[in-house]
Amino acid sequence: MLLLNTIILKLIDLLRQPWPWYVAGPIIGLTVPLLLLAGNKMLGISSSLRQICAACFPGEISFLKYKWKDQLWNLFFAAGLLIGGFIGGVILKPVTPMPISDATVKTLNSYGITVTRNLLPTEVFSWSHLLTWQHLIIVVGGGFLVGFGTRYSGGCTSGHGIAGLSTFQWPSLVAVVLFFASGILTANFLLPLLLK
Amino acid sequence: MFGIVFGITLFKSDAVSWFRMQEMFRFQGFQMFGIFMTAIPTAALTVFLIRKFKIKTLDHEPVQIPTKKFNWGYVYGAILFGVGWGLTGACPGPIYVQIGSGLSIAILTLISALAGTWVYSYLKPKLPH
Repeated sequence: MLLLNTIILKLIDLLRQPWPWYVAGPIIGLTVPLLLLAGNKMLGISSSLRQICAACFPGEISFLKYKWKDQLWNLFFAAGLLIGGFIGGVILKPVTPMPISDATVKTLNSYGITVTRNLLPTEVFSWSHLLTWQHLIIVVGGGFLVGFGTRYSGGCTSGHGIAGLSTFQWPSLVAVVLFFASGILTANFLLPLLLK
Repeated sequence: MFGIVFGITLFKSDAVSWFRMQEMFRFQGFQMFGIFMTAIPTAALTVFLIRKFKIKTLDHEPVQIPTKKFNWGYVYGAILFGVGWGLTGACPGPIYVQIGSGLSIAILTLISALAGTWVYSYLKPKLPH
């Protein structure tokens, strides 16, 4: 009994540490075959955004009038992500964070951003700092483009990057190359302009 | 269930961190590239095995993978999404995980993303594809 307790405590301790890429990558990759085997479901998280729109505000838009209830699993997956965030961030709250590279810390400092162990920089992503138009562009404009762009291109990092590339779909490769390149340009050139 | 494991993994591997994304977009760290470089081959290999051994789904149906047909939306949409990703440091998955971990501001990111999806749906007939 005591031994079992010790093992469980050790395990929780281990889970609380940051997970290295060689643990996280295979788990994320395995989601693709497991969802297929669970009933021909193709991983793609941005589809849940379309479903929420279809469920809540379909209006007279034909793109939002589809049988979204047939793909309810997508919404369950999104709900799982919320719960996963709670478990990972609150229950298994990390003890020692994984350090961000010194070079990145230096660059971000020069934009006036302090690197903390939070997920988001409080200088921009907090209710009290939303009042400048630059910060609104980053949070609201950025969020808008995530929703608009993923639907326009039919997928996001999970649908194109993981599921699309691993099943050798060349349109996904086009999308991945372009959104990655565009992300690089944005982070290096547009973001500094908005933060300065 | 899959979503929960996926969410915990994204959180614990730091793939939901704005700082980590900035590091990735500047090629200053290996964590994110390591994740993609192990996730994609893992998925590719297991999907290959499913096809090779014709493994059926739990409902005993053959596994079907929809083929994506190219249209110009992949180009325009991906470029726009990249801008959003570079700014918010989040693709749709991490937004949900951030909210779950207690960051209320991420709700605003989600609402903005929903607005983006809705506006795209509205404009779809008029946009080039």
